[in-house]
Amino acid sequence: MIATATPTGAAVLATAVFLACAVEMVEALTIVLAVGVTRGWRSTVEGVAAALAALVALVVVFGPALVHWVPLSWLRLVVGGLLLVFGLQWLRKAVLRAAGLKAKHDEDAIFAEQVDELSALPASSGRDATAFTVAFKGVFLEGLEVVVIVITLGTASRRLGLAALAAAAAVLAVVVVGLLVHRQLSGVPENAMKMGVGLMLVSFGTFWSAEGVHASWPGSDLAIPVLVAFYGAVAWLLVAGLRRGAWRPDGRTSAGSANA
Amino acid sequence: MPEPGPDDPPTPARWPTALGRFWWEFLIGDTPELFLGVVAVVGLLAVLCLRPGLRTAAALLAPLLVAGVLAASVRRAARRR
Repeated sequence: MIATATPTGAAVLATAVFLACAVEMVEALTIVLAVGVTRGWRSTVEGVAAALAALVALVVVFGPALVHWVPLSWLRLVVGGLLLVFGLQWLRKAVLRAAGLKAKHDEDAIFAEQVDELSALPASSGRDATAFTVAFKGVFLEGLEVVVIVITLGTASRRLGLAALAAAAAVLAVVVVGLLVHRQLSGVPENAMKMGVGLMLVSFGTFWSAEGVHASWPGSDLAIPVLVAFYGAVAWLLVAGLRRGAWRPDGRTSAGSANA
Repeated sequence: MPEPGPDDPPTPARWPTALGRFWWEFLIGDTPELFLGVVAVVGLLAVLCLRPGLRTAAALLAPLLVAGVLAASVRRAARRR
């Protein structure tokens, strides 16, 4: 039985990769714009290109190797476990942010902070090593999480091409929107996107880790959208409970304290 | 020779340490309860699946256990704030 053999599973997989990649690239775009605006665009673009090439190389080297050399049941067990841990981390943060117990990602503040830091550094004539390095690190570090998601989801579902395509589409979408609006994308509903990615990663993680130990899912991979809906309901209940003050030592509600 | 700072790019000799640190941060970081919870859930499912008659029950139990791990971690975070 091949998970995500149905169009539903493939659609959930492509959506998960696209959203995860888009969120990370929105964060990378903020850094790249800050570098480009303060240090010039030539070395910044070179740093971005080098980082993207390194990320693609990681997928090309490790993706097919895992598909060819690791047995599917072992791959699903390990990948499922990784996705569960990773997805639960995303979901936990999104729940805490939605409940107002954790500050939301503020692209405007991050952009201003980066511009301040980079403006304080001495200017460089010709190629700018600072611009290259900061742009490279920004894109590479944000992209590493995407590479892990593409490789794990792509190899375990035997749809590495689809996962890579979804990631590339997200990079392209963010670059095009970034070029059009020419500023950091602070209006993007990042937390809602992260919540969606977390739900899908946890759902795939649950599905594959259980398959990896030979559990039997009723309905095969039609169980994946059911899992997404179940975890969505759980997340909603947790956010609602936290907003009412559940589990807070002082019993305070968290409404209106989004930056707590 | 000055000691390398935390933001300096890793030299080849430091790659294993950097790789280990990346995976530690990636998997455990400040939420070790999620990692331990997932290991416990998968271990329990593996034990259940040793009996073929319990394999469907194990699949149905999996999301409930995972939701319990998430709720416990969120509760831990809320109590610390």
